[in-house]
Amino acid sequence: MIRFDQATKRYPDGTVAVDELDLEAPSGKITVLVGPSGCGKTTSLRMINRMIEPTSGTIWLDDTDTASMPAHELRRQIGYVIQHAGLFPHRTIVDNIATVPFLIGTDKRQARARAMELLERVGLDPAFAKRYPGQLSGGQQQRVGVARALAADPPVMLMDEPFSAVDPVVRDQLQDEFLRLQDELGKTIVFVTHDIDEAIKLGDQVAVLRVGGRLAQLAPPAELLSRPVDAFVAGFVGRDRGYRALGFTSAGTIVTRDEPTVTMGESLPGSDGSWLLAVDPSGAPQGWLHLADEPHGGVVEDRMLYRGGTLATQGGTLRGALDACLSSPSGRGIVVDDSGRLIGSTTAREVLALIEGLPDAAEVGA
Amino acid sequence: MIGDVFSWLSDPTHWQSTNFDTGIWGQLGAHLRYSAIALVIALVIALPLGLWIGHTNKATWIVSAANAIRALPSVGLLVLLVVIIAPHFYGRTDTGYVIPTEIVLVLLAIPSILSNTVAGVQNVDRAVRDAAYGMGMTGPQVLFRVETPNALPLIFSGFRSATLQVIATATIASYVTLGGLGRFIYDGLAQQDYPQMISGGLLVAALALILDLLLALLQRYTVSRGITGRTRRSDRAGHSDEAPDPRSAVLTEDLAPEAA
Ligand SMILES: Nc1ncnc2c1ncn2[C@@H]1O[C@H](COP(=O)(O)OP(=O)(O)OP(=O)(O)O)[C@@H](O)[C@H]1O
Ligand SMILES: [Mg+2]
Repeated sequence: MIRFDQATKRYPDGTVAVDELDLEAPSGKITVLVGPSGCGKTTSLRMINRMIEPTSGTIWLDDTDTASMPAHELRRQIGYVIQHAGLFPHRTIVDNIATVPFLIGTDKRQARARAMELLERVGLDPAFAKRYPGQLSGGQQQRVGVARALAADPPVMLMDEPFSAVDPVVRDQLQDEFLRLQDELGKTIVFVTHDIDEAIKLGDQVAVLRVGGRLAQLAPPAELLSRPVDAFVAGFVGRDRGYRALGFTSAGTIVTRDEPTVTMGESLPGSDGSWLLAVDPSGAPQGWLHLADEPHGGVVEDRMLYRGGTLATQGGTLRGALDACLSSPSGRGIVVDDSGRLIGSTTAREVLALIEGLPDAAEVGA
Repeated sequence: MIGDVFSWLSDPTHWQSTNFDTGIWGQLGAHLRYSAIALVIALVIALPLGLWIGHTNKATWIVSAANAIRALPSVGLLVLLVVIIAPHFYGRTDTGYVIPTEIVLVLLAIPSILSNTVAGVQNVDRAVRDAAYGMGMTGPQVLFRVETPNALPLIFSGFRSATLQVIATATIASYVTLGGLGRFIYDGLAQQDYPQMISGGLLVAALALILDLLLALLQRYTVSRGITGRTRRSDRAGHSDEAPDPRSAVLTEDLAPEAA
């Protein structure tokens, strides 16, 4: 657990970056600090590992006042991931990851062996171990940055916009892997971002800060979407709140209809329906065929497919289910099981009925 | 003329010393000795000082002051120091000349080592330094484990240019009766023996070149490949499967030492 107790940071020039912040980041959970630029997120985060010393107030790490020990010892117990990774250019990837174990005197071979494990954990090929940071892409460097922060197995991790410097596709991928990793590791994480979507996706709880370093609202993401405390938070959380809140509500078990399919590589059936779902031999949906486009028949090929439709997972969220319907060219939303195989289809009307049937429409996600 | 120089240099009697005369080998040894002493002293002063200034960002005026010393004319300074120092030494010793020579050479070598070391440390990426502290390194650990290795290329280039200057300027030792390769230049000039004079100049140039090459070699093996960029960056975007082969990176790199 990390607890801010009246923590204030006033810079020498008089700027009050953080103003009497009271905040608790519970153990094993992800707490996201979010807010407009200059609202004091980085300052708050860096006060935890004393990269910035608070002007007044106390920050507690469990029952320890962080000010009560030498800063470098405190920092070795806290994983820290910074925005541009900040890898050491003169060290190989494996030695970058093993930085903290080397510092605390772990046996070199043991430290490297652990670093190799972590490399795979964060989704990098072990062949990267002997490379230097300059030989890695931004996204790969960011993964190494995460591995480095994890190397000494600290209970606490601080992450300052770790995924902001990569393109949206890679960011999404990194976020998913981060959540998967956190499922396994259960660290106490404080995560800074200015991207509200990222905050909502990653946070167990989200702290919205307003400029001047004051806490505007601390709430789980679903509550933030359904009940912003004031106009500032509502404005910051943004549009589509209702739709995005569906992302926190389970659709339960969706009742599906059987969907006729054709397997890739088979010949086109002379069906009368205009849209037909193509699957691969394992039963995983590949895309839609518009039969009217293919009057001459032939076998089902990649180039014929419309891939616009997203897939809803059985047991997933209402947002996923509704989006599958809305994005499908045939209007029929495809539902798959956990391993990505077709279960059947549903329609927007049916999903809406589910939404309307919720106990209290205003309480979506709460 | 070129033929004369060539025959002067290829005459074996010019290389060996006799009872009356020090040959090329002997003067080369003396030249190296004066230069090495000056470079070692300069390094011992400028390197730690530069690391400290770069790391703490304190007393940066020292760098400007050292650079100002560069403006002093070497020969003038040497004569002045000899006038001041030499009278304190009597008898059959050349200490009264060696000390002024070394002072001039040390003053010559310090500025480039110092300013390059400071610049090298200061130029370390802020995010890298920040990460080093963030990982829990102490100040000295940040300096020696992160800042210094990253500053090495600049430190080396400072030391290499100091070496070139010292080797070239060590010829002035002969101006105040001492040995060294400058002997051939001053004697050649005095005796209007131009092949000897030009040979002396060529020997100095060759020595400087050889030393620079040796330092380049040393640099190659001490500076991390991660910094020199002697690595393949071809697969930044993700063709990550090809295994890096350190040898191929070394083999394909051109052998020219980076300009100092
Ligand atoms: N060293 C400093 N000296 C003076 N003021 C500072 C200093 N560092 C930050 N500030 C100010 O403190 C405030 C908060 O800065 P901080 O870096 O914590 O913001 P942030 O929320 O992380 O913003 P961003 O999203 O842009 O990274 C800003 O107004 C900033 O200008
Ligand atoms: Mg910031």
